[in-house]
Amino acid sequence: MSRQVRRLSLVFALLMVAVLVNITLIQVVNAGDYRDRPGNQRILLAEYDRERGPILVGTDPVARSVETGNTLTYLRQYSNPRLYAPITGFYSLIYGATGLERTENRILNGRSDIFAVDRIQQLVSGRQPVGGAVTTTIDAAAQRAAYLGLRGKKGAVVAIEPATGRILASVQAPSFDPNKLSSHDPTEIREYYNKLEGDPDKPLLNRPIVSLNPPGSTFKLVTAAAALSSGRFNPNSVIPGPRTYDLPQSNKELRNWNRRQCGPGGKVTLRDALAVSCNTAFAWLGNELGADALRDQSELFGFDTTFKIPLRAATSRFPGDPDEPQTAMSAIGQFDVRATALQMAMVTASIGNSGRTMIPYLIQEVRTPDLTILQTTEPEVFADALRPSEALALTEMMVNVVENGTGTNARIPNVRVAGKTGTAQTGNDQPTVAWFVSFAPAAAPQVAVAVLVEDAGAEEVSGNGLAAPIAKDVMEAVLERR
Amino acid sequence: MSGEAPTQATTRNRKKPTRRWVELLLLILAWGIGLLGTMQIGWVSGEGMTTRLWVTAGVVGGLALAAHITIRIFARYADPIMLPVATLLTMLGLLMIYRIDVASARRAVLSDSPMPTPDVYSQLTWFSIAIILFIAVLVLLQDHRRLARYTYTFGLIGLVLLVLPLVPAIGTTVNGATLWIRVGDLSFQPAEAAKILLTIFFAGYLVAKRDSLAVVRTKFLGIELPRLKDLGPLVIAWLVSLAVLVFERDLGTSLLFFGLFVAMLYIATQRRSWIILGGLLFFAGAALAYYNFAHVRSRVTVWLDPWAYADTGGYQIVQAIFGFANGGVLGAGLGQGFPNLVPFAKTDFIVAALGEEIGITGLFALVLLYAILVERGLRTSVAARDSFGQLLAAGLSIVLALQVFVIIGGVTGLIPLTGLTTPFLSYGGSSLVANWVIVAILLRISDRSRRPAPVAPSPDDAMTQIVRAV
Repeated sequence: MSRQVRRLSLVFALLMVAVLVNITLIQVVNAGDYRDRPGNQRILLAEYDRERGPILVGTDPVARSVETGNTLTYLRQYSNPRLYAPITGFYSLIYGATGLERTENRILNGRSDIFAVDRIQQLVSGRQPVGGAVTTTIDAAAQRAAYLGLRGKKGAVVAIEPATGRILASVQAPSFDPNKLSSHDPTEIREYYNKLEGDPDKPLLNRPIVSLNPPGSTFKLVTAAAALSSGRFNPNSVIPGPRTYDLPQSNKELRNWNRRQCGPGGKVTLRDALAVSCNTAFAWLGNELGADALRDQSELFGFDTTFKIPLRAATSRFPGDPDEPQTAMSAIGQFDVRATALQMAMVTASIGNSGRTMIPYLIQEVRTPDLTILQTTEPEVFADALRPSEALALTEMMVNVVENGTGTNARIPNVRVAGKTGTAQTGNDQPTVAWFVSFAPAAAPQVAVAVLVEDAGAEEVSGNGLAAPIAKDVMEAVLERR
Repeated sequence: MSGEAPTQATTRNRKKPTRRWVELLLLILAWGIGLLGTMQIGWVSGEGMTTRLWVTAGVVGGLALAAHITIRIFARYADPIMLPVATLLTMLGLLMIYRIDVASARRAVLSDSPMPTPDVYSQLTWFSIAIILFIAVLVLLQDHRRLARYTYTFGLIGLVLLVLPLVPAIGTTVNGATLWIRVGDLSFQPAEAAKILLTIFFAGYLVAKRDSLAVVRTKFLGIELPRLKDLGPLVIAWLVSLAVLVFERDLGTSLLFFGLFVAMLYIATQRRSWIILGGLLFFAGAALAYYNFAHVRSRVTVWLDPWAYADTGGYQIVQAIFGFANGGVLGAGLGQGFPNLVPFAKTDFIVAALGEEIGITGLFALVLLYAILVERGLRTSVAARDSFGQLLAAGLSIVLALQVFVIIGGVTGLIPLTGLTTPFLSYGGSSLVANWVIVAILLRISDRSRRPAPVAPSPDDAMTQIVRAV
């Protein structure tokens, strides 16, 4: 009988091996496939089962996780959802995450390596990791002022602290409600997402950092900066500013926005050319300096560089190899020059910061769940775009724009404001965009702002009429608070 | 081949090691593992190691110690591995039941619904009862051969227990299967007791009849066929199994009994032909059941493609597979998976719950624990000095092995899912008590086979000594 028992034990051993092989197939070989199967709630549950850290503006959690009673333990909630949507992004069951929710996911869900010490404690205690907190650089008052200014319009506002590169405001219009995308109701999420996707105004587009537009006359700041840093020009240099500028090598001509000459006898100083936003003068200047000089200057301000703030911003660009007419057009921010609102805010901030371009950033601090500071972002210099004297000269020219030129709507009582208007066509017969960039106080700026309003009127004044008041409100919001 | 003991001369007068200290050491190790697991779940749940958990751990340790002391007194030569393994398995079960209790409680708090009664304490009570019965078996049953005297009585009681749930007044149908009887507040699965009684019956019956059953009448295609009149018992076992399947809708128990009987028949008669005949009857029965009973058919279709029925009949198995996949190699960690997503996580699907939280690493260890337990049982069978003991030990081990294979194979989709409990792990008193009684009987047989025979020294003693010295 022992022989039979032994044989049977062999059979059972084989059965056990079959079980083990099958378990291996499930848990190791095919595990990845099973994890991705529809109907597998576990991966999501794991994410929703842990308390995700908050995103803070100052001390105010604009995105936080609250406990619910259903299977998905935590719900992501956004206070002021539309106001902060371009910063927080959304955190969706179906569509994943965007904004800081995406870029800071590993900090917010507590899996980043910077929590190594905490994780060891969690490992020992077997406790669920809790997410860290992300504090933004956003100034709530500036953000709100920009948001209110853009209400009913289509556009974007970016405000930067010139000395550091801290992003004080980043606003888009139209915006969306991340609460509706981050809910636990798949039907609601899908319906809302499809509605947003179908909207021609593209509310899901992160306009402040992703939307690329021709900067128009605001780019004259770059051209002027290139002129000053060339050493060949100063604000008093007299340059030609006729009614029209014949584009070289073509039979086309370029006109001023008001179809007049910029100064008596078609001559104008560099200072006045900027004040009246003289197209012909800057077109001439562009070819006088050359495309390479313009590109080099623009790159010192941040063009042709991809910034991650840590949201990935679109790369603003100056055309690669323009011929003379194209250079002339580029010098006034047309042709293929494209910039984000973030980029134009950087140009402005750099001029205000004695010509030193700072790397823009959105995250001030990362904290552990018990609010110990783990990381603080230190300001970093990107490049020295201008010498301080040149920056000062350009600042004075910009103050002149606000006080005597096209940017009068940005005036703030008792504060010297430096600014520049802009209007650009996004293409033939395309709607125009209005710009306004400025900083204040001119001598020691606390805020630099770029305002972009889409579908504006065709006139240069639209920069002053539509965008400048918003810039003024944003600057005031920052200045009043301090 | 012979069921008789090794020559008594070799064992005589030699002071055999009892290996009780090994048992104690392993027991402490097992208890330590259980304690660590409890602590981890305590911490994960946020409550920490409460007094209640310490008391629970203490009670479990005390029960295991009581079993150990009983063995020291009443079965001191018994196998030292089986008790620690059974204890560890029981503790893992308690651990997982507690862990799922914690999950249910948390869910209830969050959804503001009434707090569910934790099951772990009722399982602990059943564990106490199991240990009491374990002790009772070792104390009262000094010699397992006494069981052989009541072969037919046990057989009859076993059959009655098997059909008891069909009695309308006391039978209860749970989840489509009629395998419970309910007396007052107590529900009981008589099939669990029946599996022991019937194993004893099979062992006693086969030892008595094996010679006639082994007679070869004809050869057919190289297969030695038994006499037609000896087919009776096999056919009866087959019919009873089919009856259980049809009337109680209990696929697992049906499979277990038939498999057990065929395996024991093979061991007793040493004729492979019984396995072949049994196999043919099994397939005939399976085909019959498949074509005539929807509940069998649905189990098979779900098994063939659970993904096609992920929202209906395949829901359990698909959720279990998601759980296994989530566990991966190292597991989500105790208290950090979602075992409560799988229906019946505490009973049929406790292996899925464990697989999710302790990973394939833990599951391999778990299957190995069962393998060790079965192997020690089969070894006990081989070492037993009497045919009845050999057959009984083999039968009880087969009961364990078949259950483990059928249920783990079922929840992992290797074979169609049947409703069997996972020995020692699953929530449910009848099963826990029955499996501990099985361990007690195995230990008794093992003790008898290793115990030095109380025989006076004989002249050939010296020779034996020389042989041993070589």
